[in-house]
Amino acid sequence: MADLVQLKRIATQVRRDILRQTHYAASGHPGGSLGCADFFTALYFEILRKNDAHFSMEGKGEDLFFLSNGHISPVWYSVLARSGYFPLGELATFRKLNSRLQGHPATHEGLPGIRVASGSLGQGLSVAIGAALAKRLDGDDHLVYCLTGDGELQEGQIWEAALFAAHKKVDNLILTVDWNGVQIDGRNDDVISLGDLPAKWTAFGWDVLHMHGNDMQDVLRGLAAAKARTGKGKPVVVLMKTEMGYPIDFMMGTHKWHGVAPNAEQLENALSQLEETLGDYPYVEKYQPEGA
Amino acid sequence: MLDQLVVNGKKATRDGFGDGLLEVGRQYPQAVALCADLVGSLKMDAFIKEFPDRFFQAGISEANMMSMAAGLAIGGKIPYTGTFANFSTGRVYDQIRQCIAYSEKNVKVCASHAGVTLGEDGATHQILEDIGMMKMLPGFTVINPCDYAQTKAATIAIAEHQGPVYLRFGRPSWPVFTENMPFEIGKALLLQKGTDVSIFATGHLVWKAVEAARELAAHGISVELVNIHTIKPLDEEAILDSVQKTRCVVTAEEHQIAGGLGESIAQLLARRMPLPMEFVGVHDQFGESGTPEALLEKYGMGASHIVEAVHRVLARK
Repeated sequence: MADLVQLKRIATQVRRDILRQTHYAASGHPGGSLGCADFFTALYFEILRKNDAHFSMEGKGEDLFFLSNGHISPVWYSVLARSGYFPLGELATFRKLNSRLQGHPATHEGLPGIRVASGSLGQGLSVAIGAALAKRLDGDDHLVYCLTGDGELQEGQIWEAALFAAHKKVDNLILTVDWNGVQIDGRNDDVISLGDLPAKWTAFGWDVLHMHGNDMQDVLRGLAAAKARTGKGKPVVVLMKTEMGYPIDFMMGTHKWHGVAPNAEQLENALSQLEETLGDYPYVEKYQPEGA
Repeated sequence: MLDQLVVNGKKATRDGFGDGLLEVGRQYPQAVALCADLVGSLKMDAFIKEFPDRFFQAGISEANMMSMAAGLAIGGKIPYTGTFANFSTGRVYDQIRQCIAYSEKNVKVCASHAGVTLGEDGATHQILEDIGMMKMLPGFTVINPCDYAQTKAATIAIAEHQGPVYLRFGRPSWPVFTENMPFEIGKALLLQKGTDVSIFATGHLVWKAVEAARELAAHGISVELVNIHTIKPLDEEAILDSVQKTRCVVTAEEHQIAGGLGESIAQLLARRMPLPMEFVGVHDQFGESGTPEALLEKYGMGASHIVEAVHRVLARK
């Protein structure tokens, strides 16, 4: 079990990975990825009960995680690599030809850790519910976690899934919503307001919890609280307040960095704000897999 | 061969699905079923009664149903989704494309009430574009059985097949005539040997092609009639073997000409054996309310239309 200091150190390194991946790919989505780095670090280094060394698609006897807002793939790839699903150096292939690290997560190239393609928004919660139903049929008491964005909640399918999960009492499921208030065209409130989000989830029959997604201690508290609420007849949702671009000073407080990669100068500036705690992954133009 | 064809009454292809699904439930403990508020129409009651824990009522939420099916497949289940063909395809194309096809999930998309033979409900529900949509998805198998017995056999066969499948069937009572015939995914079924023209038919129009072939025989025209139940992967060798002999082709399907079986065969022949070809199907139109038989006639898919197509293609030979 990692301690709080160690988890923060990992999250800092994950943020460096995000910035470097998107910079070298000259594309990708750094803003939401940075905002969710604490959540992903807590999930993969503390919360999930999983077998890092032997990825199985079915994941029987393991907790499962589904990323619905697939565009924040850089943060997921970083924690997957750093928790042993694939070689760290492979992060250098992000968004490049012949890579397993597709712009949006996919199973097609066989990247360990990914169970379904995502990126076309609004679908991951339904997939997670299906996986939770399979666990229930098998008598497997492990949990299914899912992350969605907040702008993504504008998709109708989310609310189809919300109705279903409450009606069928899918209580082995923890949904987290990255509530950063921002989407690609601007603030949620300017694009299509989500209104009273906690009241909406409550009205749909979900158990609603809150946490601060850029405070590691509160993420650990929030996810532990969520876990304690499973098995009680209601699906659980954690509304997670984050800051897009956190903690890079020039990336916060704007939707500009949703889908724009930092250039060399911006990368240098951003990296200067994050200590290299665990060592950067080696970047090479042409990555050679081990043993190749 | 057609003179020995035994017709065992009439039943809907969707009944074949329902009976097949029950059998799948008995043979495959990992099989599960989902439905979007059309249990009665899809004939899923027997499965639900025997396996209540393995059935998931999704309500009128087809998008959620398709993505949930992908999640169940991740957990090692064999999900069968059931709803009307238009709600099984166009309405949820992105969910199928991302969660099932691209993600290579073992989901069986089972679609009833396809085509104009849905009848009185009209064009909102009469999808005629679904084969085209589904055959374009990489890795998808597309099957359009012709009667009750073949639909039942296909429903059972796809459980054993690893990978996503689109199984298309329909609403009306229809002659049952393949009961003692083999069914194998991807293998064309020869219904009659002939020498003058090859008719390749799928779905309900196979029976119309039987009627057409009988009429043509009475006029001395020898038809080779082949049932192509699996549109993808196409049984290319069987098609080429037949055409090699007859040197001309008519296709028949309850679907748009664009994107259907005829188009797949035309692509094959263009590459391997270009020959005169005629297409029986819907020509860039929507359907309307009416009885199945009246609609098939009005939209050019009756036996007489197949006969006319044969005369046209013979004239071009």
